[in-house]
Amino acid sequence: MPKSSLKQTLKDLDTKKISIRELNQDYLKRIKENENLNVFIHFSEDNVLKQIDNLENDNSAKKLKGIPIAIKDLFCTKSMPTTAASKILENFNPTYESFVTQKLLDEGSIFVGKTNLDEFAMGSATNTSFFGNTVNPLSKENEPLAPGGSSGGSAAAVAADLCLGATGTDTGGSIRQPASFCGVVGIKPTYGLCSRWGIAAFASSLDQAGIFSHNVEDASILLQSIAGFDQRDSTSAKVDIPNYFENLDDDLNGKTVGIPKEYSIDGTPMEISEIWEDAIKVLEKKGVKIKNISLPHTKYALPTYYIIAPAEASSNLARYDGVKYGFRSEEIDSLDEMYENTRAQGFGREVKRRILIGTYVLSAGYYDAYYLKAQKVRKLIADDFNKAFKECDFIVTPTAPSAAFPLNEKQNDPIKMYLNDVFTVPASLAGLPGISIPFGKDKNNLPLGIQILGKHFDEQQVFNAAVSLERSYE
Amino acid sequence: MNNLIKGEKYDWEMVIGLEIHAQVKSNSKLFSSSSTKFGSSPNSQVSLVDAAMPGMLPVINKYCVEQAVKTGVGLNAKINNYSVFDRKNYFYADLPQGYQISQYKYPIVGEGKVTIDFKDGTSKDIRIVRLHLEQDAGKSLHDQNPSKTYVDLNRSGVALMEIVSEPDIRTPDEAGMYISKIRSILMYLDTCDGNMQEGSLRADVNISVRKPGDEYGTRCEIKNLNSIKFIKQAINYEAKRQIEILESGGSIEQNTMLFNTSTGKTRPMRNKEEAHDYRYFPDPDLLPLEISEEEIGKIKSSIPELPDELKDKFIETYKLSNYDASVLTADKQTSDYFNETINSDPELKNHAKIVVNWITSELFSLLNKNNLDLNNSPVSPENLGQLIKLISTNEISGKIAKDVVEDMFSTGKTARQIVDEKGLQQVTDQGEIAKVIDEVIADNAKMVEQYLAGKDKLLGFFVGQAMKLTKGKANPKMLNDILKQKLNKKN
Repeated sequence: MPKSSLKQTLKDLDTKKISIRELNQDYLKRIKENENLNVFIHFSEDNVLKQIDNLENDNSAKKLKGIPIAIKDLFCTKSMPTTAASKILENFNPTYESFVTQKLLDEGSIFVGKTNLDEFAMGSATNTSFFGNTVNPLSKENEPLAPGGSSGGSAAAVAADLCLGATGTDTGGSIRQPASFCGVVGIKPTYGLCSRWGIAAFASSLDQAGIFSHNVEDASILLQSIAGFDQRDSTSAKVDIPNYFENLDDDLNGKTVGIPKEYSIDGTPMEISEIWEDAIKVLEKKGVKIKNISLPHTKYALPTYYIIAPAEASSNLARYDGVKYGFRSEEIDSLDEMYENTRAQGFGREVKRRILIGTYVLSAGYYDAYYLKAQKVRKLIADDFNKAFKECDFIVTPTAPSAAFPLNEKQNDPIKMYLNDVFTVPASLAGLPGISIPFGKDKNNLPLGIQILGKHFDEQQVFNAAVSLERSYE
Repeated sequence: MNNLIKGEKYDWEMVIGLEIHAQVKSNSKLFSSSSTKFGSSPNSQVSLVDAAMPGMLPVINKYCVEQAVKTGVGLNAKINNYSVFDRKNYFYADLPQGYQISQYKYPIVGEGKVTIDFKDGTSKDIRIVRLHLEQDAGKSLHDQNPSKTYVDLNRSGVALMEIVSEPDIRTPDEAGMYISKIRSILMYLDTCDGNMQEGSLRADVNISVRKPGDEYGTRCEIKNLNSIKFIKQAINYEAKRQIEILESGGSIEQNTMLFNTSTGKTRPMRNKEEAHDYRYFPDPDLLPLEISEEEIGKIKSSIPELPDELKDKFIETYKLSNYDASVLTADKQTSDYFNETINSDPELKNHAKIVVNWITSELFSLLNKNNLDLNNSPVSPENLGQLIKLISTNEISGKIAKDVVEDMFSTGKTARQIVDEKGLQQVTDQGEIAKVIDEVIADNAKMVEQYLAGKDKLLGFFVGQAMKLTKGKANPKMLNDILKQKLNKKN
């Protein structure tokens, strides 16, 4: 069955071709049929039905009225528990609604459930969740594949057509890489475009909310809904949000695309290089000037990221101590024991690993060598992009170094797992917007993704390039 | 001045530096909109941010920043256009975030100084290293339940200014004068309520001892002292403890100490090895704080007259001594009271010293006895001014004025009313006084003889007798003059 787009569905609802109830019952049915994918940490049919009831009694016009949306379980929601895929927040029910999800509610969307993720968004395969793996809907029957991560549940929810869009968060690639693995569109906007208020923090200077959708048009509609200034987030940007969808323009004639040589990495599969070249050819045909650029500090991006992100995480996760909310160990004889046992039992392996790394790099005597140096390199990486963007309008690269891999493949090799982020991390460090769109397949017919990066707050250019590539590929 | 203290074997000098924690006077917390009201029921003033709920973010309270800048100006300090909030990471039950937001490398206020004034007219500068903004923690309550600790987060997130001095202080008295001066400046600026009992102002004391001329010794830090009395006690005890160790051949361990207010002793809380590694790093939830010269200028222009400026003005305008002026300006209440008193009548300007004396001795002792302060004094500045005017114009004597002020204090009546009602006006009529003296001379013929024979001391006796007859109302100078005149005539 061909997947219906958000744009088409909005038309169908508008013309009464389909009712909100009919639409959502269709999605509820598929959600129940696909329980084996373990997409949702929280799903309640009653909750969805209640939302349908409420909207049926609501006569006001709303932009996303009745549209089924899946929410990554890192966004705090009043109507559903919020776990961050961690035992430490197993039964946590926020009394508040995150900025992003509130915006979606204000527009009249229906939350179908809270999607699975790597615990506290730390991972690239949605396999560090306390609630088990999510399975990539594109898996062959006898070979379950990873959906990517950390927003693997949201990517899978869109890929399996369990919703018309989903929220994600991206710290080093957590939207773009799973979008690539699941064959959907995923956009991480500029750092500061969407408020972080109400999103459980992983690495504050990198975390950014974004969108998964079936296509670029849908992404442009949804991103506009969740973007905007929020005075409760000091890093939120005061910028005008254009109507990305209305302004979509696939005519790229006269534009310049930057192709960074540092993204040709030894050991990248041929297929990845091929789709990259294909994308460049398509752009060239559309009158885009091809410009070879250099981002010389790219090779330092991964180590830099894996110092800064864990450092911030080690501090951000200190609040999960068993004192105020969430899980508290039963075995406690002293305050120190409460901390130790609560955190030992409440956090999973990957989270603990990153807390340890982060604590180490911030320690007296190591701070200068690691954290301070990483901050300096981060600046150099950002400067690389600033320089490059003087010569081009957008940059095109592959999204990930491979297609979806088997579920258990890199489980015990964190370094290999970290390499998944090699193409996505530099833009995260520079705070730039990036989108991943499906573009080509590998030899096993699995989707591959192309990443388009833009200047700060130039999401429109990113969308334009993406929609242009998408339309030529279709 | 000799600041040394004697040990068994040597003389020692104390080297003292203070870290003062002053709660910013502000209606809401440093990074949230919760109220800062003292004494509210536990956990009634806690926002989602204060409780460190997942996804909550700090937003700087601009008013607290202005208060810190104001304070910096008051401490004659450099205001930094660029400062950074850092996270100080440690675990404690009353620290909900698992870190305190503070300022580490780049504080909002840099070097400054304050001056303390001694009784002998000399003064001394104490240098300030820095002032930074930080969050207060909550409170752990250990006495509510035999086996449990409860946590009250009302204070969690309240804005503090930490004011760090150089180790320029040499005696417990200087430490006391220094903190009094800081307190006075903060209260003039209205940036801290200065209430030490409620913990709005408390200090950590760093202290070491050395033989004069030696390098600094190893220091210990005494945590969280909330009265000037305790600060002095703790310094005295700790200095003696260190001297005893050193004189018996031991060495000082760099410890963090606690002061027990009931025993008056310090005891170690943790040593250097047990010290926390706070893993400071810039808080990624907050942008660096940037303040333009224009904003600083605006804040500067809103600053009221500070104690030292006022002191200089008092010395200049009223020819007061440095010490008198510094007593008057030690707190705003006193200087305000003085100003209102002296401005209540144009004549009083010429009797400033009398005004000072009446405020700082008679009025203060009455207030003290009745557990009141200037804010709720039954004697208004205008009324005190009136009383002093009566003295300066010789309407009443200084001695009678002391009785009058007590009446004013207890009845609330004006000086004029009391003097009129009781007929206390000084007798300045020459004839009347002469008549009384004649009476005294006549009644004490023998004594007069003795006086004339050379027993000069008897003059006082005659004055006393004459005063008695006038019920103390005779003008003392006139009485003296006429008495001498008359006695000499007899000669």
